Amino acid sequence: MSKQDQNKNNEPPTTGHEWDGIREYDNPLPRWWLWTFYATIVWAIGFTIAYPAWPMLKGATPGLLGYSSRADVADDIQSFVDANAQVDTRLASVELSAISDDPELKNYALNGGKAVFATWCAQCHGAGANGIKAGSGFPNLIDDDWLWGGKIEDIHATISNGIRDEANDDTRYSEMPKFGEFLEPGEIGQLVQFVRLLSNQDNDATKAAAGKELFAENCSACHGDTGKGDRDQGAPDLTDAIWLYGGDSETLTATITNARFGVMPAWAGRLSESQIRQVATYVHDQGGGE
Amino acid sequence: MLNYLLLILLAIVTLFAAMAANFAVDAAFQIHAIIVVLAAGATFFYLLRHTNDPPKPKDTGYLDGVVRAGVIATAFWGLAGFAVGTFIAFQLAFPLLNFEFLQGYGNFGRLRPLHTSAVIFAFGGNALIATSFYIVQRTCAARLWGGNLSWFVFWGYQLFIVLAATGYLMGVTQSKEYAEPEWYVDIWLTIVWLSYLAVFMGTLIKRKEPHIYVANWFFLAFIVTIAMLHVVNNLSLPVSIFGSKSVQVFSGVQDALVQWWYGHNAVGFFLTAGFLGMMYYFVPKQAERPIYSYRLSIIHFWALIFLYIWAGPHHLHYTALPDWAQILGMAFSVVLWMPSWGGMINGLMTLSGAWDKLRTDPVLRIMVVSIGFYGMSTFEGPMMAIRAVNSLSHYTDWTIGHVHSGALGWNGMITFGALYFLVPKLWNRERLYSLSMVSWHFWLATIGIVLYASSMWVTGIMEGLMWREVDAQGFLVNSFADTVAAKFPMYVVRATGGVMYLTGAIVMCINLWKTVTSTPAKASGPVAVPAE
Repeated sequence: MSKQDQNKNNEPPTTGHEWDGIREYDNPLPRWWLWTFYATIVWAIGFTIAYPAWPMLKGATPGLLGYSSRADVADDIQSFVDANAQVDTRLASVELSAISDDPELKNYALNGGKAVFATWCAQCHGAGANGIKAGSGFPNLIDDDWLWGGKIEDIHATISNGIRDEANDDTRYSEMPKFGEFLEPGEIGQLVQFVRLLSNQDNDATKAAAGKELFAENCSACHGDTGKGDRDQGAPDLTDAIWLYGGDSETLTATITNARFGVMPAWAGRLSESQIRQVATYVHDQGGGE
Repeated sequence: MLNYLLLILLAIVTLFAAMAANFAVDAAFQIHAIIVVLAAGATFFYLLRHTNDPPKPKDTGYLDGVVRAGVIATAFWGLAGFAVGTFIAFQLAFPLLNFEFLQGYGNFGRLRPLHTSAVIFAFGGNALIATSFYIVQRTCAARLWGGNLSWFVFWGYQLFIVLAATGYLMGVTQSKEYAEPEWYVDIWLTIVWLSYLAVFMGTLIKRKEPHIYVANWFFLAFIVTIAMLHVVNNLSLPVSIFGSKSVQVFSGVQDALVQWWYGHNAVGFFLTAGFLGMMYYFVPKQAERPIYSYRLSIIHFWALIFLYIWAGPHHLHYTALPDWAQILGMAFSVVLWMPSWGGMINGLMTLSGAWDKLRTDPVLRIMVVSIGFYGMSTFEGPMMAIRAVNSLSHYTDWTIGHVHSGALGWNGMITFGALYFLVPKLWNRERLYSLSMVSWHFWLATIGIVLYASSMWVTGIMEGLMWREVDAQGFLVNSFADTVAAKFPMYVVRATGGVMYLTGAIVMCINLWKTVTSTPAKASGPVAVPAE
């Protein structure tokens, strides 16, 4: 314990305590600190009177301003709903083909469709609608290669009812058989080479020739005699260079042996008719629309 | 006699852990049980071999062995935690670093809690335990109470860290941020923590000084409150006594509120009150100046302790939490501003009359910068608790920047200062090995923090603005993926800051190592007798 050493070299007084050589000045609280502290307390009291804050036995004090964050959000949303009400109703009721000829409708649909796409579709189809990456199984929507059709009506039907969505009666449905259950591995190898021939890739000519007959027997019913596909059944065109899962021999072998079964949920019921039309218009406008 | 009781207890623990390893319903629990068998078994044999040792002469000096061990553990876990943090910062910038062969163990999701727990609980916790043991002895002029109980606290805490860290890698988690460890690790930590409280309180009670020094108020508040927070937030029922999974007692928004009451006060009492205790001892010692204001320390201590505990709801703005709780949490958070700044004022003003020392003493410089970052974070915190600000900052990288300016700047730097102060004293060396290495550490760390915090402000505010951007008709403009892509350059800057901070810490560890191994010993013997 040191004695109270006062005003040595004009220093403020200490408290007289000492621990391991540490002493303490007895300085007053800095005024600015104290008054700022008081100010925050006064503000806090006023703030908690104005807004809901203090818990009571039943519920809490509602606050003088009657604030509610839920009501705030609802008001915010409602103001946009009101502002868009007229164009939104019109969008949901006109002929689909008429949307692109009406500048007001088209502008509204494109802006809204972009937001719907960014929220609900980008996870699979990519933020730029290009299917994330080649071979991912998620179709690229900006090319002009369509599985089920690229007219605005086709796109609208696909989005509304989904693809192979078992909960929707109107869903687009087709199923390629697992050819591994019917064909020998050697035969599948021949088919693979023929499909590579169809798409102008390197191939084994002998095997491809043998595969031609197998193709006519097993594949042409859906993919067509020339392999151009059939949009009524969602059967892909095999002659172009665009592949959903991949056009290399290994992937083609896997595809033919085990088949593919890509699924997209139906959006009718989850999105409003207006929102479906917005996103259909947006997708149609991305470059591939027919 | 005590030894025999301990041997029986350890034998029972070893046996039960061996049974648990045998009956374990999941692999992680089995591995943890085996770790416990090894730890308890090794302790058993150590005790057994020393049971018939002739009684040592009663130690009268300070118990510093456990502080030395704590200093080594702090440095070790610090390096580990910083390294993991830097690696996951690169993983965020370059997702390819989530290597295929590390899936399920070394991907970001598993490493992130490993990083946070390593720096907060392993690095910070060891620093707090070691410095509090050092400070409470000096400022009470008394040896640590409880004999070897302080060693139990040290080793028990390391076991907690090993169980928690291995658990994270194996996916054992109750999914509560900063409270990830499962029920059995929580129980173990409770036992260790109550022992820590006993050692600290015991030493305070047998003190020879008439008054309790302010650093000890903060340490005591930290130990008591963390015990309470830990127990309440971890109330859960194990699915099986031989399995790692448990079910939380609270659910829904109650669970969220309890979690953030815990989470916020882990910041308030672990990272603020505890480290203020360090500051209140090492800054006046290093500056050789009296504390600026005793009155300020009283007022800001009690205001801080009273207010902090109510501020948790600001982590749940605009959620299912009722408006009244959000508003109340925000009000308390804003009032907390000045009480937090009381510590900064007391630290900085303690240097008045000694500012010239900043030119010559890089250790003091590190401490001053830490107080500066403390002041900045404790202004930023109340500001981000304001609901209007929070609606922009919440869920963005701004939060990460805020946390790191506090953690790297305040907690890290004050700990570095304490280590530079402690090592020459504890190993009885004349001085530090190299002051210019301290300067290097200072600049590497400071620039690293500035890069980290400023890049996170930029990217946080940017992504907050992108998320809320709507066009004239009320439609969202950006997708989430757009914001992720936009953040890439800032992620690289952040990771670079992390590399600098880690490099600084490596420089420190080399310096401390050389201080112990190749610096001349102090002429007079160790000052290890309680001063009267």
